[in-house]
Amino acid sequence: MKKFAKTMMLAIGSVAVAASAQASGKLNLYNWTDYTPTELIEKFEKETGIEVTLDTYDSNETLLAKLQSGATGYDLVVPSQHFVDIMVKEGLLMKVDGIADMPNYKYVDERFRNPSWDPEQAYSTPYQMGSASFAYRANSYDGNGSSLKEFFEPNAATCNKLAVFKSPDEVINMAHLYLGSDFCSEDPKEMQAVLDVMMKQKECVKVYSSEGINDRLKSGDVVMHAHWDGFSQVGVWEGVDDLTYAYPKEGVVGWFDSLVVPNGAQNVESAKAFMNFLMHPENMALLSNFAAYANAIPESVKYLSDDMKNAKNIQVPADVPVKFGQACNAKAQGLIDKVWTRVMQ
Amino acid sequence: MSIKRLRLLGLLPTWVTIGVLMIGPLLIMAAVSLMEANVYGGVHLRFDVSSYVQILFDKNLFDETEFNPAYLIIIMRSFMLALGATGLALLIGFPAAYYIARQPDHRKNLLVFLITIPFWTNLLVRTFAWVIILGRGGFMDQVGSFLNIIGPDESINLMYTNTAILIGLVYSYLPLMVLPLYASMEKMDVRLLEAGADLYANRYELIRRIIVPLTMPGIIGGSILVFVPCLGAFIAPDLLGGGKKLMLGSLVQLQFATSRNWPFGAAIAMMLLAIVVIALMVNARAARRHAVYEQTGAEATHG
Amino acid sequence: MASPHRKSKFRPIWDFPGFGGLSVGFFAFLYVPILVLVAYSFNGSKFAMVWSEFSWRWYLKLLENDDIHSAAINSLIVAFFAAPAATIMATLAALVMVRGGPFRSRAFTAGLITLPLMVPEIVTAVATLIFFALLNINLGLINIILAHTVFCIPFAYMPIRAALEAMDPGLEVAAQDLYADRWDAFRYVTLPLLTPGIMSGFMLAFVISIDDFIITLMVAGAGSTTLPVYIYSMIRTGVTPEVNAVSTLLLAVSVILVSVYWLLSSANRKGEAIG
Repeated sequence: MKKFAKTMMLAIGSVAVAASAQASGKLNLYNWTDYTPTELIEKFEKETGIEVTLDTYDSNETLLAKLQSGATGYDLVVPSQHFVDIMVKEGLLMKVDGIADMPNYKYVDERFRNPSWDPEQAYSTPYQMGSASFAYRANSYDGNGSSLKEFFEPNAATCNKLAVFKSPDEVINMAHLYLGSDFCSEDPKEMQAVLDVMMKQKECVKVYSSEGINDRLKSGDVVMHAHWDGFSQVGVWEGVDDLTYAYPKEGVVGWFDSLVVPNGAQNVESAKAFMNFLMHPENMALLSNFAAYANAIPESVKYLSDDMKNAKNIQVPADVPVKFGQACNAKAQGLIDKVWTRVMQ
Repeated sequence: MSIKRLRLLGLLPTWVTIGVLMIGPLLIMAAVSLMEANVYGGVHLRFDVSSYVQILFDKNLFDETEFNPAYLIIIMRSFMLALGATGLALLIGFPAAYYIARQPDHRKNLLVFLITIPFWTNLLVRTFAWVIILGRGGFMDQVGSFLNIIGPDESINLMYTNTAILIGLVYSYLPLMVLPLYASMEKMDVRLLEAGADLYANRYELIRRIIVPLTMPGIIGGSILVFVPCLGAFIAPDLLGGGKKLMLGSLVQLQFATSRNWPFGAAIAMMLLAIVVIALMVNARAARRHAVYEQTGAEATHG
Repeated sequence: MASPHRKSKFRPIWDFPGFGGLSVGFFAFLYVPILVLVAYSFNGSKFAMVWSEFSWRWYLKLLENDDIHSAAINSLIVAFFAAPAATIMATLAALVMVRGGPFRSRAFTAGLITLPLMVPEIVTAVATLIFFALLNINLGLINIILAHTVFCIPFAYMPIRAALEAMDPGLEVAAQDLYADRWDAFRYVTLPLLTPGIMSGFMLAFVISIDDFIITLMVAGAGSTTLPVYIYSMIRTGVTPEVNAVSTLLLAVSVILVSVYWLLSSANRKGEAIG
């Protein structure tokens, strides 16, 4: 019995070690679904000898909830700009020393250095940027995506053939664009209007989901889907030829995703190595070629694939405004949550 | 070592494990349900019953308290779907349990084993099977178009509906209905049926007047075993309901996974727990009554 | 068809017409979905729902998928710690409950052991999440092992208690009559006889741990994704036959373990019948 107990203790100890002492040569990356090219990870592993583990999430909200519930152990996460802001304020992120001194930092576009959500470049390095709007199968839909009205007030062709993201962030901002109100509104009347629009839309929504978007469009389950510019381009590449990303006149919701290190990360050096690695134009191009989003490393253009250079869905027409999402204060956030809870009921 | 010490030694590990890791979390959850939510997740350590009030009366966008049927709708949907699933499972399970109970021993054991196998396999995987069957262009559509019930590119369109959730729920928990039914039917004395038939009862009357009353503990037990997990189901509404038709289980999950409203999620969870306790009390009462009934019945026949 | 009022020689009164057919339908309902799932795992097409040709390609793809490997390894680690821990506690508790004579906390203990079965899984999941989050317990896989151990206890307990109850206490008395002390009687008589029951309990606990999804989903942190959680993320991102393939493997593990359990316990039953 004693011997058994001893073996047991040893075994438990070894699991504890396996679980916590991953300091050398490991990186736990927690990223959006369909956002991490295998090629990039393999190249990083080859160059640095660091072993990468990837977990995925479907929205900024999910990421925030996971970090808030104390699930630590992630070394790098990829929130959008306004969530970087929130996470810093909530004390969920670790300051990363010497980002500006990283060898590849010099490649970062001046305009994206010290961005408003990280004015001292103390937490984040760029990942990808793009926009959120909706996309449709041009062959099964007679509209041309010129207005958000097509998305929020579906017609006979799109009713019950429409899918929407499963998180409030971008959808509510799209509703604001449609209604001409400001993001992060604290005016209950404006938010009531947002709620009304979304409840009306819900009658025609088939499913709320932020994952498997291109599959759903491909199978014909839906003909219109809330979408991101780059990922809709990936859908085209995957064979949904007529998938068209809409640039409605009211505008699209812009976002800028960054790499940040959450508190409790155990492999900070690995995380920094990855941050530096990704700022190299060649590697950033690899990522853009996969995810089809724009990036903040101008020199990466040299390495972009022809597919990427000709990608139609990511060309923003000159007359369409891009409005970036921002961190809302507690009052505005409270209203957003209320609206979303009512839509989701 | 004294028997008392031995007893304590044997029970202590279980007490501590379940006490600390089950009762402890439930108590903390109860406490959290009475706290104030932090907008970005987590809780403030302030006493606040608003999470419970919120189930029925929500502050609207204008900060006025108003009756909000939203959650009531979810609660009703959960109740209806759970009741529907329980009823359907009973309907499907009853003849099967009866049939199995009347088989010869070796075959009986094998059939019972065949019922338990789905129970022990992964619930997520079994629900996923229905995604393939009900999904657009899936197995059902292919069979349908093969039989010319629907056109080649049409769909039966069951995915993301309440019906899809119902099918998923029945399928998930059917074994839990059949096993207790079977247990009480196996114990039943078939001579009672012969006696009933001698008294010119037809088969329908035999079921209604003899089999159902005698197998009541199995019926109630099975119904509770199906009803309770259906009420808190998360997988079926999530995969088959398209995130649009929430049930209580998915509502709780949502509060922690994206909405970050811990106290409200905890309050709903407490409500679920309360329903379970009530269901168990009903079960215990029914069992007690049945015991009395059997006892008096036995006395009547012997007396 | 025989009239229900007449006792037919060929259809005894307790044999209801149509119930056999309904039972066939019942088993079809239980098994057809599983068979469809398994069949489509051999689908050569990239899309789970459209059949093209028989192919092993998705199983070959599983072999190359590192994420699935680490998820499977996590699942096994968790089960190999949680199931034995639960089995040991369940065995001790069962011995006291069945052989410990009358004592005051018996009903309390019985209730405590069945508690994890009664509380809805989603409630246990969020309660555990809050518990770990507020107490700041971040031990990676150990968090999951702890959570699994709790709900594995009742599953291990049931077959062990059943085996103990079926065992003749006279055997131990006889051994003590032959001058074995209580410990020896336990070690040389009770324990060997109880081993099949303990094995059964262990196997059920193992299956339950391997299959658990909701609790793990809520509690899992970095690098502690288990196989069911991984399958869930696969289902949500797009349905390919690869999901069917990995699901089929998971099904196979459960079916094999439960079959072994069943054979063990039916061997037990036969032994009783002879003895």
